[in-house]
Amino acid sequence: MGDCLLEVRGVTKRFPGVVALSGVDLQVREAEVVALIGENGAGKSTLMKILAGVQPADEGELLIEGKARQFSGVHEAQEAGVALIHQELNLADNLTVEENMFLGREPRKFGWINQKLIHEEAQRVLEMVGLDVAPDTILSDLTLGKQQLVEIAKALSTKARVIIMDEPTSSLSLSEAERLFEVICDLRQRGVSVIYISHRLGEVKELADRVVVFRDGENAGKLEREEIEHDAMVRLMVGRDVSQFYQRTPHELGEVALLVKGLRSVEHPEHTLDFEVRAGEVVGVAGLVGAGRSEMLAALFGAQPGLGGEVTVGGVTGLPRSPAEALNRGLALVPEDRKGQGLILDMAVKENMSLASLRRDAKGPFVDQTKEEELTKEMTEALSVKTPGSWQLARYLSGGNQQKIVLAKWLALKPKVLLLDEPTRGIDIGAKEEIYLLMERFAKEGMAVLFVSSEMEEIMGVADRALVMHEGRISGELGREDFTEEAIMELATGRTLKNAS
Amino acid sequence: MKNIRGILVTLVVVYVITAFLNENFLGGYNQSKQLERTGLYGILSLGVAFVIITRGIDLSIGSVVCLVGCGLPWLVVRHGWHPATAVGLGLLVGLVIGLFHGLLITKLKLQPFVVTLCGLLIYRGATRGITDDQSQGFGNSGYESFREWGTGEIELVGKFSLPYPFLILVVLSIAAWIFLRKTIWGRYLFALGNNEEATRLSGVNTDRMIILSYVICSMLASLGGMLFILNGNSAQPSDYGNFFELYAIAAAVLGGCSLRGGEGTILGVIIGTAVMQLLKNMINLVTWLETHMEFFIVGLVLLLAVVMDEIAKRRAAKKRLG
Repeated sequence: MGDCLLEVRGVTKRFPGVVALSGVDLQVREAEVVALIGENGAGKSTLMKILAGVQPADEGELLIEGKARQFSGVHEAQEAGVALIHQELNLADNLTVEENMFLGREPRKFGWINQKLIHEEAQRVLEMVGLDVAPDTILSDLTLGKQQLVEIAKALSTKARVIIMDEPTSSLSLSEAERLFEVICDLRQRGVSVIYISHRLGEVKELADRVVVFRDGENAGKLEREEIEHDAMVRLMVGRDVSQFYQRTPHELGEVALLVKGLRSVEHPEHTLDFEVRAGEVVGVAGLVGAGRSEMLAALFGAQPGLGGEVTVGGVTGLPRSPAEALNRGLALVPEDRKGQGLILDMAVKENMSLASLRRDAKGPFVDQTKEEELTKEMTEALSVKTPGSWQLARYLSGGNQQKIVLAKWLALKPKVLLLDEPTRGIDIGAKEEIYLLMERFAKEGMAVLFVSSEMEEIMGVADRALVMHEGRISGELGREDFTEEAIMELATGRTLKNAS
Repeated sequence: MKNIRGILVTLVVVYVITAFLNENFLGGYNQSKQLERTGLYGILSLGVAFVIITRGIDLSIGSVVCLVGCGLPWLVVRHGWHPATAVGLGLLVGLVIGLFHGLLITKLKLQPFVVTLCGLLIYRGATRGITDDQSQGFGNSGYESFREWGTGEIELVGKFSLPYPFLILVVLSIAAWIFLRKTIWGRYLFALGNNEEATRLSGVNTDRMIILSYVICSMLASLGGMLFILNGNSAQPSDYGNFFELYAIAAAVLGGCSLRGGEGTILGVIIGTAVMQLLKNMINLVTWLETHMEFFIVGLVLLLAVVMDEIAKRRAAKKRLG
């Protein structure tokens, strides 16, 4: 391996009480896309931070073109040609594209910022990534996908030779993601190497020249181009075969638990939504980002009340005006943004779990602390939440366990209808499976489950029935027997099925 | 207890240093005076703590103190109102002001800083208008029994005694502690201070809770204002209560309330107030410290406390991760 552009040898990183990385290796050749995969906590992000100079390694070597380097800051890594693009974009919304690209390293002329040079350079690099916007556009006017390309352009303008992308597609729409893939292939043509971190194995298969798998802070294996298969990747990540959740018994359906008639959301007032979900049924809502799926859930739950229409749950008809009202009728919502909307990160596990049922369980105005502990114990066991104790702050739990806390909060109220928005986003594979099994169990216990997902496999694997949305309306409905990726994609992109029921 | 350790240490250090620098400090009269001051200012700090826990701020406290503090003798002495009626109206004014702030902040989504900054200007201006900018007070005789609420004390050994304002603070603190730590509303306040959206999505009427916190804050400010005037007897509308909101906010922050919301303890806030008063007292008693250096020293101590607190927090977070 003589032509290694970047090589990591035996890097170890310890945090107080935990070894995040123990003796990992990684090689990146010139003009190569290396996918780095692994469950959450496998040490991917830690290694990337070391590579980008955010934090130093405790042991091991980092070689760039065969020369040992030690970065003591992001600047040094940049100079050596390594750039990191964070999962959450690190751009200033209120500045222009070019200002963002040169933020903190503006070229000067007589002490003043050299606007002309910035403009020309920005133009040149934007062309390289195929982004057709004026360099003086305010960043907030761009879609997320385009902002991502600005990040890449920024990296290129630092003359980066290795660009690290941490879950770059997690907030992109399908077409934006496609565009990103083209840019990545183009970068490879130009001799730039990319380290690509993703949970989406489909993308990895499409893009990667090589896959490196981490597990528990160690190298778990690697796959060459021709070996990259979904199952092989999962096996290396999890360390065992993950059972397929595709084979499961059909659910016993009960009465209609949720009946929606003529619902209009604030974002798409021109369309009305009509559908029903039965008790014991799991219905998936598929569609592209921006199809109005989250807005539909928000309207159902009163988080952002709809403009009109009727929602019938538990014998009550009417539009929920607030989450409090929706909750009283037996609705529950597990929101998409777990940390921003689902959890109180700096409160204890028990305080999170009891938040929704606090009023019901109160003794007069007082919190019933005995009941709270009991509830937490019951839920922690029922959902097998891994936490050192009920006092632990939600912040310190893994994504999967955090999601279980949000679920527990609602289960305590025994809702009739459970709404979930991207229930497994950012959760690793093992925990995903657990969440699916829980959703199925809730349905078996007679709950109506309605979930939004952007992952095709999730819809096809978990749902009894799928509603597909396109630009604010329901463009079609598919029964389990009609599930194919093509059928869902066609509806999601607005083409109507010829033989749709 | 962990989160008030820092402020407790500060209290002890300031206390011991002052005791060494001036022998009068430990005298019964001075000690009682400190309790009285802590009681008066503590009521304001208590109020602002509620608002800060919800991630808000109230800059109008000093002006509410001015409005109600000047308004009480104005009504009672100038217009012959019965003291009880005047006190009732004072509390009502506090309630209405808090309601007004809360509604603007939750329903119109205005920023608390802006709303209460306007309040700061409006209530002081209104007081000066109503009173014609004339000094207000109870005079030298006629209202002694009414003024007892602010000046009275329970005598203990020597010259040491427990002033009424301090006793009132103790009662209010216990009530506040029960409210914040034992009731569901207290839990909601902390939750929404940490993450308002997640709390709202858990079915909590967050707007109502935020409004409640502003009402509590303004009502305590008006109660404080009345006790201040009963205690001090006379007030100039142009400067009465000036900077009191800043003393209150500083004490709450010293006591562990984070302006990022969702944090704070009642005991911490009380100790924070006591530290502020002790510092003032120290500057007065220690001859080589000039009185006009007060802000300099208070500011420095506050900054130091906040820096130490942040460092301690980071250490704790690291430990927790490990």
